[in-house]
Amino acid sequence: MAGNNMLKQTPSQTVGPYFAYGLTPTQYGYSQLDSLVAPATPEEDTPGERITVIGQVLDGAGKPVDDAMIEIWQADAEGRYAHPSDPRGSNSPFQGFGRCGTGPDPMNRFRFDTIKPGAVEDGHAPHIAVLVFMRGMLLHAYTRLYFSDERDANAKDPVLSAVPADRRDTLIAQREETPSGTVYRFDIRMQGDKETVFFDV
Amino acid sequence: MNDITPFTSRDWDSQPNYIDSGYKSTTLRGPTQPLVKIPTTLTEVTGPVFTPARATDLDADLTRNGRVNGEPLGERIIVTGRVLDEMGRPVRNSLVEVWQANSTGRYVHKVDQHDAPLDPNFYGAGRCATDENGVYRFKTIKPGAYPWGNHFNAWRPNHIHFSLFGAGIASRLVTQMYFPGDPLIPLDPIAQATPGEPLERLISKFSLDVTEEGYALGYVFDIVLRGPNATPMED
Ligand SMILES: [Fe+2]
Repeated sequence: MAGNNMLKQTPSQTVGPYFAYGLTPTQYGYSQLDSLVAPATPEEDTPGERITVIGQVLDGAGKPVDDAMIEIWQADAEGRYAHPSDPRGSNSPFQGFGRCGTGPDPMNRFRFDTIKPGAVEDGHAPHIAVLVFMRGMLLHAYTRLYFSDERDANAKDPVLSAVPADRRDTLIAQREETPSGTVYRFDIRMQGDKETVFFDV
Repeated sequence: MNDITPFTSRDWDSQPNYIDSGYKSTTLRGPTQPLVKIPTTLTEVTGPVFTPARATDLDADLTRNGRVNGEPLGERIIVTGRVLDEMGRPVRNSLVEVWQANSTGRYVHKVDQHDAPLDPNFYGAGRCATDENGVYRFKTIKPGAYPWGNHFNAWRPNHIHFSLFGAGIASRLVTQMYFPGDPLIPLDPIAQATPGEPLERLISKFSLDVTEEGYALGYVFDIVLRGPNATPMED
C-alpha cells in the first residue's frame, strides 16, 4: 500500500428515488434520453444459451421494492470478460453489463434477458455479479448469482465456499423451464431469515 | 489467472453504514448481516467498457439537452473535476452519469410529487466520458432544494447525483455532489451519513478559473474511486 500518499475515497450516497430518467430512461418510458445501458440483451449472433434472470428485491418487511436498480456484470459463454484486464479477450459482441429498474413491472421484478456465462477459471462456478441500488441504501450492495443446475461446480467454488454453508442458498438462482424459455429466479432479500449474502469485495 | 491485481479495499472510514438511524428508509432496506469478505477474482477487477462516442456533447450540456421552446430557467453553472483512483491515477474514458432537480427543486421523474414547477426546457440528466486526464465537464442549471418525508420540515440540500464506474465493477460508485456554504448540509441525514472530513469530499469548490466570464459560475468536484492496488498483496 502507498499508505499516506493515497487519496481518500469519495463516500457513497444513495441513488435516491429519482434515478430512472437518468440511468434507465428507455425502460421507464422517458423519450428525451436514450439508455446507454439495456438489460443485457445479447445480439442475435452472440454465442451461448439464452436465459432470463428474473426476481424481486424484498425489504425487511417482505415487501417488493418498487424503486430499486439492479446491475449485472458477467462473462460470455466461454467465461471471458469483455474488458482489457481479461487477457483472453471476449470475441463475442456481448458486453456483459445490464441495468434494470424494478419500477415498471407490475410485480416490481427486475428482468435480464441474457446468456448463461461460462466458468471464468478452472475450479470456479459460473456466476453473475449483481449490484443493488435503491433509496434507503447509502451504499450499494454487491452479491453474486449462481446457477441451481451447476451443483458440482458450485460445491468447489472458492467464493461460495467463503459463505457460511447455511446461507449459500441465498445465492443460488433456481432454474425453471417455461414456454418462453429458461428462467432463473433470483430474489434478493435485504433483511430477515433468508437475507441474501452480500460481499465485501 | 494468478496475476490479478486486487483493488484497494473499501475504506470503511469513508463509507456510510447500511443502517443509519437518521435516514429512516435505511431501517428496512439496509443489509443487517456482516458482509462476507471474499477473495478477489477476475469478476471484480473487470467491468463494463463504454465507448466514449456513445455519450455526445449534447449529453453533457444539460442547459441544452432538454430544450423544447426556449432556455431553461435558473442559474447556469459549470461542474467539472477529475476522476482518479486512490493512487492518483486518472480514470480515463470512463462513463460519468448525472441527474438532478431543476432550479425549483423538482425532478422530471414521474413519482416526484413536490409542488414546484417543472421547467419545460430542462430535463436534468446527462452523461459524459472522462478524457485522458480523467477530466469530466458538465454545463447545467444549479439545482434547487426540495422537501422530503424523512422528518418534519426536512429539505435536501442542493445536490447533483453522480454515477461512476472506474477500473472494474468493484470500483462502482454512486454518490451526490453538494455546493459550498449550503446551510442545509449540516441538517441533512444523507449528507451526514459520512460526517466530518469525508463529507467535505462531497462538497464541490467554487472556482473562478472554471467560471466563464458573462456566462456561468464554475464548481470543481474531484472524485476518488477504488482501483488496482499498486503493489501486490502481501499474503
Ligand atoms: Fe436528489
